[in-house]
Amino acid sequence: MENLIDIKGVTHAYKTDSGPLPVLDGLDVAVPEGTFAAVVGPSGCGKSTLTRLVAGLLKPDEGEVWLHGERVKGPRKTVGMAFQNPVLLEWRTILQNVILPLEIVAPSMSQKDREARAHELLDMVGLTGFDDKRPSELSGGMRQRASLCRSIVHKPEVLIMDEPFGALDAFTREDLWQTMRDLRAAEPFTCVLITHDLRESVFLGDQVIVLSGRPARTQYVMPIELPKDRTLDILYTPEVADMLHVLRDQIKIAQGREPEVY
Amino acid sequence: MLRQIGIPVASVLVFLGLWELLVWVNGWPNFKMASPSDLPPAYIRYWELFLVMGWQTLWRTVAGLALAVLVGTAIGMIIGFSRIARDALYPLLVGFNAIPKATLVPVISLIFIGQHDFNTVLMAFMISFFPIAVSVGIGLSTLEPEYRDILRSLGASRFTIFRKIALPKTLPEFFGALKVSVTLAFIGTNLVEIVSPHGRGLGALFKSGETNGDYPLMFAVLIALAFLGIVLYYAVVYLEKIFAGWAERPQG
Repeated sequence: MENLIDIKGVTHAYKTDSGPLPVLDGLDVAVPEGTFAAVVGPSGCGKSTLTRLVAGLLKPDEGEVWLHGERVKGPRKTVGMAFQNPVLLEWRTILQNVILPLEIVAPSMSQKDREARAHELLDMVGLTGFDDKRPSELSGGMRQRASLCRSIVHKPEVLIMDEPFGALDAFTREDLWQTMRDLRAAEPFTCVLITHDLRESVFLGDQVIVLSGRPARTQYVMPIELPKDRTLDILYTPEVADMLHVLRDQIKIAQGREPEVY
Repeated sequence: MLRQIGIPVASVLVFLGLWELLVWVNGWPNFKMASPSDLPPAYIRYWELFLVMGWQTLWRTVAGLALAVLVGTAIGMIIGFSRIARDALYPLLVGFNAIPKATLVPVISLIFIGQHDFNTVLMAFMISFFPIAVSVGIGLSTLEPEYRDILRSLGASRFTIFRKIALPKTLPEFFGALKVSVTLAFIGTNLVEIVSPHGRGLGALFKSGETNGDYPLMFAVLIALAFLGIVLYYAVVYLEKIFAGWAERPQG
């Protein structure tokens, strides 16, 4: 299978008052088309930098980022982004918020077609009938659902998510994992998810990439060979428990601590 | 509806009642302090002057305010988007704003001799643009990067990002500043009207009341100014409801 995202030897440093702060050091990531890559790593290890590189919002100091066989040199219309903060526009209704990317990417599309596309997604994530509500009238989980709709409304090749479920309570988070799984079954996008939650990475990912502490490089890659239509129950199987254990130890190594002996 | 109109009206009536009582209890003559009951005769006697002068004060204040909105927003955009411009302009803006505007009346009336309307509009503008510039600047410079990124990652231009996100997001701050600027602009207008010889507008009417020892007229002018201020303030509130009503949270 062709890699949709290829990050080769990317090194990047931020300029600060006290000299350059290296965040990425020879990072390699490969994500085959149509698959889901979950990226985990210690806090502040440069995971968010990775999302900005793939989105073309940032140019790496060294190395290359390839998307669909083309070198990434700037932002492109085939990318969707979602953040921990749903960043919905308070002055727009939910429907208008979801439509926003289409106004940029497909200016010639008719308003009727835009609304039809938005409705299709809102129905899929369980927000039927919330068209005319303002973001402030929705709960945190519902806002994040709307934000997900907005990030894929223009049918991007790649969906980049930076801890989208990080601020939600545990039950809402699990609901959204299932929503995410269903969206993926219906839409063909390739996905990069930055997360701190190992269970989330295993439930959603086709591979889990562990980054080392700052400056980050690829420390460990775990392929997840579980059925596509996995349910939450799978998280309680011994097989998954073993995976989580291995990942946990890798995080410890990334944090520069000794793995626990067991 | 009853509450929205009834409560403000009632509070004004109570205020007038207390004022009347204060004057009556102290037995002040009206050259010390006129009472509300002295005002209707003044309005009846000079109603034509009040209409003409009131209109002059109003249009020049609104013109100055309009100028303040245009220039203030432009300066706000410059300091909001460019850190260098912010560092360069802030000391100048703060310094200019710290100058008591009364000291500028003789300066501008010497530069633009006889241009009474222009001078008055200019003063209303100078005194009222600062809050608008600062709030628009802060609104734009504190825009969370994620807001920009959702459109920037799609290749949207800077102008599109400004029009679709930065501008609407700054509107609540803008209207907050405009409410402050409305009352400031009246101060600017009246400063010129009172200080310049042969002035026009309500300020000049106040001055003539002073010259003629017509104290009820002076108080009547003050109340008329307060009335105009309230009218213009609520005009801004009305516009805010239309353009930035989304920022108002329902009260729980």
